[in-house]
Amino acid sequence: MKNWFKSGAPWIWINASAVSINLLAVFGLLALIAVRGLGYFWPGDVAVLEYKTKQGQVQKLIGEFWETEQVKAEVLRSNGFDIPNDMLQVTRHVLKVGNRDAYGADFQVILQANILKQEYPKDVLVVVRREWGNLYGYLQTISQAGQTVTTRPQQAWQEFAPRMRRAIDLYDAIKQIEKKQLGTINAKLEKIRLQSRRDELEQRMTADKQHAYDEQRGRLEQERAGFESRLSELHEQINRDSFSVTIQDGRSLTIPFSKVVKAYRPNELGVLDKLGMYLANVWEFISDDPREANTEGGVFPAIFGTVMMVLIMAILVTPLGVIAAVYLREYAKQGALTRTIRIAVNNLAGVPSIVYGVFGLGFFVYIVGGNIDRWLFPEAAPAPVFGTPGILWSSLTLAILTLPVVIVATEEGLSRIPRSIREGSLALGATKFETLWRTVIPMASPAIMTGLILAVARAAGEVAPLMLVGVVKLAPSLPLDTTAPFLHLDRKFMHLGFHIYDVGFQSPNVEAARPLVYATSLLLVVVILFLNLAAIRIRNHLREKYRALEG
Amino acid sequence: MTTIATDTPRTHGMDINSLQRDFGATRLEQEKIALQVENLNLFYAKTQALYNVNMVIPRHRVTAFIGPSGCGKSTLLRCFNRMNDLVDGCRIDGMIKLGGEDIYHKRVNVAALRSRVGMVFQKPNPFPKSIYENVAYGLRTQGVNDRRRLDEAVEKALRSAALWDEAKDRLHENALGLSGGQQQRLVIARAVAIEPEVLLLDEPASALDPISTLKIEELIYELKENYTLIIVTHNMQQAARVSDYTAFMYLGKLIEFADTNTLFTNPAMKQTEDYITGRYG
Repeated sequence: MKNWFKSGAPWIWINASAVSINLLAVFGLLALIAVRGLGYFWPGDVAVLEYKTKQGQVQKLIGEFWETEQVKAEVLRSNGFDIPNDMLQVTRHVLKVGNRDAYGADFQVILQANILKQEYPKDVLVVVRREWGNLYGYLQTISQAGQTVTTRPQQAWQEFAPRMRRAIDLYDAIKQIEKKQLGTINAKLEKIRLQSRRDELEQRMTADKQHAYDEQRGRLEQERAGFESRLSELHEQINRDSFSVTIQDGRSLTIPFSKVVKAYRPNELGVLDKLGMYLANVWEFISDDPREANTEGGVFPAIFGTVMMVLIMAILVTPLGVIAAVYLREYAKQGALTRTIRIAVNNLAGVPSIVYGVFGLGFFVYIVGGNIDRWLFPEAAPAPVFGTPGILWSSLTLAILTLPVVIVATEEGLSRIPRSIREGSLALGATKFETLWRTVIPMASPAIMTGLILAVARAAGEVAPLMLVGVVKLAPSLPLDTTAPFLHLDRKFMHLGFHIYDVGFQSPNVEAARPLVYATSLLLVVVILFLNLAAIRIRNHLREKYRALEG
Repeated sequence: MTTIATDTPRTHGMDINSLQRDFGATRLEQEKIALQVENLNLFYAKTQALYNVNMVIPRHRVTAFIGPSGCGKSTLLRCFNRMNDLVDGCRIDGMIKLGGEDIYHKRVNVAALRSRVGMVFQKPNPFPKSIYENVAYGLRTQGVNDRRRLDEAVEKALRSAALWDEAKDRLHENALGLSGGQQQRLVIARAVAIEPEVLLLDEPASALDPISTLKIEELIYELKENYTLIIVTHNMQQAARVSDYTAFMYLGKLIEFADTNTLFTNPAMKQTEDYITGRYG
């Protein structure tokens, strides 16, 4: 035994178990969020049940099985359920019955033992709506402009697809006009308003100018009126068709096509169809805007906001951190003061992030932003431009937050450049600055990239400070678009981390949105992974290029 | 007197006797002066490393500094291009004159001085750049960016460092791919490319194998036609083989300075004789 300890074998075992536990933790976490999140996009079969309620009546239920768990029979008995005495455990399901507008809740809890009959009829219809969540039922009739087109379900389903496509096309056209054309006109009108306000403030407004502004405004208003009449035309067209659905309690609901995202009959779909639909759902999740208080639809603006905020942060933090590190390592006298600064920088990394948020709000938003508004945008008052949380302030706050990481990594890299290289450069008549710029800093660039990788990983996962300095639940427009000046640093933005928090804890329908939380978490991890991989690739390239001297 | 002459390896095709034939007639007093050291004292913080050094370095000759480890020969060498400025707490008294001007005057541009006094270090230290960029480094620092001028200068420098034939097909490959001896010649080419007046060599062959050492020594022999060379070496045979003048230093003092032949065959000082005959060091 003593020899076994001396041989070092136990040490290897301890090492190996530590590594295994780490790997298990990482992959366990990823597997959990992947399983919980990715299952959400699979179009599940819809069951039609005959169910005996607590009161002993038989009820018809239509819905998807959402969750299944084992419950102690005693607990249910004390709740008044009639459970046979020989049963200890009861299987309980959560059934997603949808139709929130009709029943008030999306879910119903049922006991396996009370299901009298369970079948999967082919003609059950799932309607994904823009409001009120999913609808489950049987398609009955289709109407056009108030006139019933058909009352036979089979024919109605054949009529359904082309009308659906038409409605989607019209919807896209409406969105296009609202976002692009009207957006552009509104931006121009706002610009004119600000210009004329500025002229007034600076007392340069003349009758001529006023006239010119009015003329421009008139032209734009006219243009807008044109688009608006086109819009109401389209609205009229999109509201032409509607269909009616019989839901589980026998009621009939009439739904206009304009309110529908898509509709399908899951029970008649084959595995391949479902796979296609699954991929389409995943794509929708990644590429679409959110709907229904973020609990449905996609998260594209959040992905975009996260990546863009991180990139701006990287652009801000790299020069700042590198210059500071170069000064500390290369120019500053290595005395007590420098040591104190270095300790202070290291400690900054340990300050809770919310403190940075408060700092960002107090300093960047109110002081810096407020003064920018006062000097550069007096015409916008009282509406703030930069004196309000936005993506620039978020990036800056996170840049400050991640600055220590970059400084420490860069200093580390600089200290590892051999003295002989510096002397070699100096001996060729290069000044210290030239030596740093042409040789030392390029050679330290892999270390700088390492710092940046750590900074990006930290920044992308940070949520708390952002809630104070620029993240919002729903941003009407992306910080990058086609209206000049294209990059809108003053805009608020959406962020995956905040999206998770918002959907998970602040949404009106937490239960329905839970898989979305997992899916969004997975996506956040994937986004961070991609950002890191990109940075690591660059670093490896630099490492290869500036391979340091051996020994 | 069993001097180096008998046990000098003849691989170089040259021994003390041949030196005698070629340079026996040269006398220090007749040489043109490249560098002049006057009353030089150097302190690292509180310890003194050089004591009142006075000497002249003849132009277009090879001067060797020998002496036991820690005797100050590298320190003295690094005074000539003010490399000691980089050491915290290093203080210098006295004067070193290059072309009659004190290089420690406060108006001297150190970078410009270093482009006049090049240096090659003990270990080859090429930059992690291409061979071409290594050689062009000094010129680019001086603001030369004209492609043709650079091409010419690089070729000339590599030729004079006897590296052109080996490197001409891989000019744009990373210099770290060269062997140690090639790297050292590259570093010499890099120093030569800016055409300095003086070239300082700090034990340039101590990290190299015998064949590379031989090449470096041949190179030194050829370079002295155009450059003033100062070489620090631990290897007395090497000093005897390549240098015209030799300075023996001991404990921070310049003990003896004479033409190599005299110093090795007929040293004036007892300490020099003890050292070159291997009684200490």
